[in-house]
Amino acid sequence: MTTKGSPARKKPALEALQATIARLEGHKSHKRAVLPFGVKEIDARLPGGGLVLGALHEVAGGGTDALNATAAALFAAGIAGRTRGKVLWIVTRQDIFAPALDQAGLAARRVIHVEASSDNDALACFEEGLRHGGLGSVVAEVGRLTMTASRRLQIAAEGTGTIGLAVRRWRRQTEAADFGQPTASTTRWRVSVLPSAPLPVPGVERPRWMLELLRARSGECADFEVEGCDANGRIESCGVALPASVADGAHQEEAGQRRA
Amino acid sequence: MVSLYLPLWPTERIRKKLGNAAPETPLALAGREGSRRVVMSADLAARKIGVTPGIPVAKAQALYPDLTIMDADPDGDRAGLEALALWFQRRIAPIVAVDASGGLPDGIVMDTTGTDHLHGGEPAMLDAVVRRLADSGFTAKVTIAGTWGAAHALARYGRGRIIIVPDGGIPDTLSNLPIEALRLPAAVIEGLRTLGISRIGKLAAMPRAPLTLRFGPELERRLDQAYGRIAEPILAVRPVDPVSVARNFAEPIGAAETIARYIGKLVPVLCEGLDARGDGIRLLDLLLHRLDSQTQTIRIATARPARDAKHLTRLLCEKIETIDPGYGIERMELVAVLAEPMEVRQRVSSLIEEEEADISGLIDTLANRVGGESLYRFAPVESDIPERSVCRVPALAPDDGATWPVGWPRPTRLLSRPEPVQAMAELPDQPPIFFIWRGIRHRVRCADGPERVFGEWWKGDTELTIARDYFRIEDTAGDRFWVFREGDGEHGETGSQRWFMHGLFA
Repeated sequence: MTTKGSPARKKPALEALQATIARLEGHKSHKRAVLPFGVKEIDARLPGGGLVLGALHEVAGGGTDALNATAAALFAAGIAGRTRGKVLWIVTRQDIFAPALDQAGLAARRVIHVEASSDNDALACFEEGLRHGGLGSVVAEVGRLTMTASRRLQIAAEGTGTIGLAVRRWRRQTEAADFGQPTASTTRWRVSVLPSAPLPVPGVERPRWMLELLRARSGECADFEVEGCDANGRIESCGVALPASVADGAHQEEAGQRRA
Repeated sequence: MVSLYLPLWPTERIRKKLGNAAPETPLALAGREGSRRVVMSADLAARKIGVTPGIPVAKAQALYPDLTIMDADPDGDRAGLEALALWFQRRIAPIVAVDASGGLPDGIVMDTTGTDHLHGGEPAMLDAVVRRLADSGFTAKVTIAGTWGAAHALARYGRGRIIIVPDGGIPDTLSNLPIEALRLPAAVIEGLRTLGISRIGKLAAMPRAPLTLRFGPELERRLDQAYGRIAEPILAVRPVDPVSVARNFAEPIGAAETIARYIGKLVPVLCEGLDARGDGIRLLDLLLHRLDSQTQTIRIATARPARDAKHLTRLLCEKIETIDPGYGIERMELVAVLAEPMEVRQRVSSLIEEEEADISGLIDTLANRVGGESLYRFAPVESDIPERSVCRVPALAPDDGATWPVGWPRPTRLLSRPEPVQAMAELPDQPPIFFIWRGIRHRVRCADGPERVFGEWWKGDTELTIARDYFRIEDTAGDRFWVFREGDGEHGETGSQRWFMHGLFA
């Protein structure tokens, strides 16, 4: 969460060197397509200005219980809803309520649900879906995600440009320690629920989330406070006091424009 | 082995064929036996009044003047059974045949080895078979046993509509059955009866040599078949003129790589055959005939007619690990059980709309891995009751455009069954002030509701009066829940007024 000092403009020699490294590493040299969130604060923090499409992204719920895994799933639904084409949603235990996905911008007719019998089966289906290339995105609720598995998924996604969203979900708190292990995902998010803004009348306001970008390849960590997905799968930044890292919003905007 | 016995097939088939024109009186079917006209089959009502197969028509008419007598149609009966066998082949198992081993064709035999789990286990499968037939107006008895002989005997002479003989249970179950159950010629039965032998158990205990000397080898063969000492292969029905290819091996094969190689060789040949007809595969069986005359099968299904050799080869090869080659496989046979014309679809003009990629290949691959049942879409159902408002439809089912009503937010996760919570709330329509769920106390900060859901009285009397009041609740930590009270908070008959947790919002 280091934000002090605006990123210096890249020098041509450095850019050339980076391009060479990228070529050696086997990445495609052209700029990768991204899916912006449409929230300036977040997009500015992501290299390329959004979530890289042909890549694996990880989302976990903050805290301990099923509730936060719920927020993670809805966050993933919002992203998947904004991709084009059919979406594969892989689970090992089915408790998704389709009308809610619909309300988060992911229409039921677009989602093909797969109920796998084990995490391993789920990962195999995940990879198969990413490798196919005809899908808009693949979402999988998985528990363990090893370096090897995530690397396979990342490569499969890179090959086709399909976005892979791993929603990390654990049955027991002890298993959640697995989230500390490194994986090959391009970004790693944690979504926790926050109390919604108070309404003048009794009632529940649009949900709020604490969105933590825990890892971004060639990017930095950041925290955001956002309002949950609307009917088009979009999240919105809360115009209220943000955590220190993004509190200096104007400055971030500038940085984002320069990078874009 | 599953033996299905249809005791009243001829009469029930005619009644079904005639539909509303079927006679209401007892029905018998007559045919010629030599120079006499005799009753070939009779329905239940006719049997009750003494009209049994085998009696002369004149006698039957004398017994009951109102009896309807129609001409028997053995060829039609046989054809009907074959059509039914084909139907079973598509639904239940690849190896199915009309069972005429007892003389007349009166049932169906199936080898369901390795396929029963697809139908939820043996009892569920048999139950579904009997129920489906009963719904269509056919009386059926069904037995599953280790051998065709035993299954055949029990289906016809055992008690109960559904009989399942456990492994190793054949000697016990057979011993009490009459010798008629053994599918022997009438002359042999008569001879045995003269000797005072009426039960299979007694016959099986007798020394073999004298019996064979007197009655010929047939007797011992049928006994051995029933007890599973010698194999009795089923000559499976085949769809009319199916596309199939086969290959015999001079040297039996067994290694997975070898099987895969030959699958790779057979599939393109099959696809050529399909291509000539313009058909694509929906259901494809790979039959592996082993040296010990057992047959292993692999069945794959596709969501749309498919003719891509690479795709089909891959689907088959993914299942190789389920094959037990035994001492070796001497013949491989690939049969297109169900083929349908390839769809000719109109391409969407790229100027107007981006064409959506064809993912039927992916669906097949996934379905073969996790099972077709585990691959679905959710579709809206018109119901106010949340758990009834979604249904599962096949992954590639066309979209009917239905949607859920917008307005009321729905939870992302719905608990499979509502969990009771302890809550404190003001009646009649206030949200709880606090509640305890899974041992944790939540203080409510704000809430939306109630959203009243009424029971669906057309589903049953119990739902006539019930109601649920749903609240969307946020606790002080920001966690959002969907809780409901059973009842409207005022009237006892609307529900127990207890609180339940039903879902979680993000």
